[in-house]
Amino acid sequence: MKSVEEIKAAIEAAVPGAGVTIVPNSSPSGENSLLIDAQHAFAAAKFLHDDGELALDFLSNVTGVDWLDKETTEKVKVTKQVPKEVDGVQTMVDETVEETRKSVEPGYLEAVYHLFSVAKKHGPVIFRVRTQNRTNGVELPSMTPIWRGAEFQEREVFDLYGIVFVGHPDLRRILMWDGFKDHPMRKDYVEPDDFEYEPTAHDKVLERHKQQLEKVQA
Amino acid sequence: MSLVDEKVERAPGWNRPPVIAPEGDGELLEVSMGPHHPSTHGVFRMDVVLDGERVVKLKPVFGYLHRNHEQLAESQSYLASMPYTDRLDYFCSMTNNWAYALAVEKLVGQAVPERAEYIRVILAELTRVQNHASAIGFLIQEMGASGTPLMYAFREREKILDLFESLSGSRMMCNYMRFGGCRVDVSAAWLDGARKVVSGLPKFVDEFEELLTGNEILLARTQGVGVLRPELAVNASVTGPMLRASGVNYDIRKVDRYGIYDRFKFRVPLGDHGDIFDRYMVRVLEMRESIGILEQALKDVPGGPVMDPKAKIRGFKPKPGEAYGRIEAPKGELGFYLISTGQPEPYRYRVRPPSLINLTVLEDMCLGHNVADVVLIFGSVDIVLGEVDR
Repeated sequence: MKSVEEIKAAIEAAVPGAGVTIVPNSSPSGENSLLIDAQHAFAAAKFLHDDGELALDFLSNVTGVDWLDKETTEKVKVTKQVPKEVDGVQTMVDETVEETRKSVEPGYLEAVYHLFSVAKKHGPVIFRVRTQNRTNGVELPSMTPIWRGAEFQEREVFDLYGIVFVGHPDLRRILMWDGFKDHPMRKDYVEPDDFEYEPTAHDKVLERHKQQLEKVQA
Repeated sequence: MSLVDEKVERAPGWNRPPVIAPEGDGELLEVSMGPHHPSTHGVFRMDVVLDGERVVKLKPVFGYLHRNHEQLAESQSYLASMPYTDRLDYFCSMTNNWAYALAVEKLVGQAVPERAEYIRVILAELTRVQNHASAIGFLIQEMGASGTPLMYAFREREKILDLFESLSGSRMMCNYMRFGGCRVDVSAAWLDGARKVVSGLPKFVDEFEELLTGNEILLARTQGVGVLRPELAVNASVTGPMLRASGVNYDIRKVDRYGIYDRFKFRVPLGDHGDIFDRYMVRVLEMRESIGILEQALKDVPGGPVMDPKAKIRGFKPKPGEAYGRIEAPKGELGFYLISTGQPEPYRYRVRPPSLINLTVLEDMCLGHNVADVVLIFGSVDIVLGEVDR
């Protein structure tokens, strides 16, 4: 089978303008994956399915991953010009100051696809597509028109993570009930209060209720 | 904004069977089969639209047994999820254990001692035999043969479960495998007991086949019913005996050669037509092949430890990375996808359930058939709701 680098080159040759990057995997499994931009993901996936040499006709696994906003703090040494009185004269003197800088990497939702080939008996080829942010109703292209096997699994990702798959023929909740509002597999999901089974408002319950209220109001 | 070009040509498997033209006065009846229906093997519902007796639309409804197994696993250590995997497909807890252990071993690069590999193969093939026997038993039960074939299957299944119980302490919730081996060693007496059970299995399959294969009612009810074309089967990610009954040669034991399956001689039974009868026949033949593997494996179980002495148990924290491990479970491809960020609990834990994904084609197989056939087609898929809803 082709290596990940060769597959990346093949996709870039077949789909002009596609942004493909290799996501390295440092674990002993060594399964590196391809990150394809959402605009070209459908065309790239179609190429992976149709290409005679790759012939990735079998979509084994589809899943979502929620990556929260990453807040990194780093201490930086900065040289600043500071006014200082030297021998009775006001001059500017260089001084090294330590500053803490905070930077926030925005989080995103991710759909991961594991492809195999039944015809050529090789695999896996893993590709992932990322959303811009973690808001409700973020869109990604659906792969169900290419592989029917994605139908229920993409519904599950929509249900539990809230990624809207554009082009899916029947995108409904699959495991949670229709009236359910939130997406329970997100990392910042707060489970609702159940007053029916916890009639006494203990401190913990009140606190959770407050959190829930804040979340609903936000 | 639409990300998908509507003019893109659809893949061949995408095309569903043509919409069925109504007969007679064209009045349609909507029936909700389940969630409490004896044929649904648990709490599963099918919204069926009928034109007289014929099915014109069928939508499966899931989630009655949903307990968010994946979220549970992401909030606790790797090892703590092992007993929960028993509850996925509660007929085949041994293979669930193996699939999860395999994925974690892949994630951390853990080797498994030879003796443990043999024990795993023996337990997995015993699981396959008892699963296929009971799946056929349930299928025949739904055909109207109340009890008898199912009890024949259960009689044999009970012998295998007794083996599991004496080894792991539990008939069905075995919780037996660990990352890097197995929990306890098998004794020589247990191996003798297993050999005795396995030596009785060929006779059981002969008896089972004499009772069923060639039975006029079984042939009439199953042949040509619920046909699944191979292109659609591959496109819809159908796996396991169902895929092979459609004539697609894809067995993960042969393709991935995980564990020590490359040491055993066995054949992959394939169907010709992809109907219910082929699914029945493939399961019977797979039982025979499994018995062959068992005989080979039980002949020379090597000595040694059952757990890698270097395996890390306390403070188990895999390095950041991800792995996808899959095995050929009795119901199809069972996979576990794990992402580690270096914490004691997995950042992402995903189960690829064969039962759920095999149901993708349920509507395609049922359209145009009678309601009574829907029950049979559904039975021939062989699902367990613990795994479908997770």
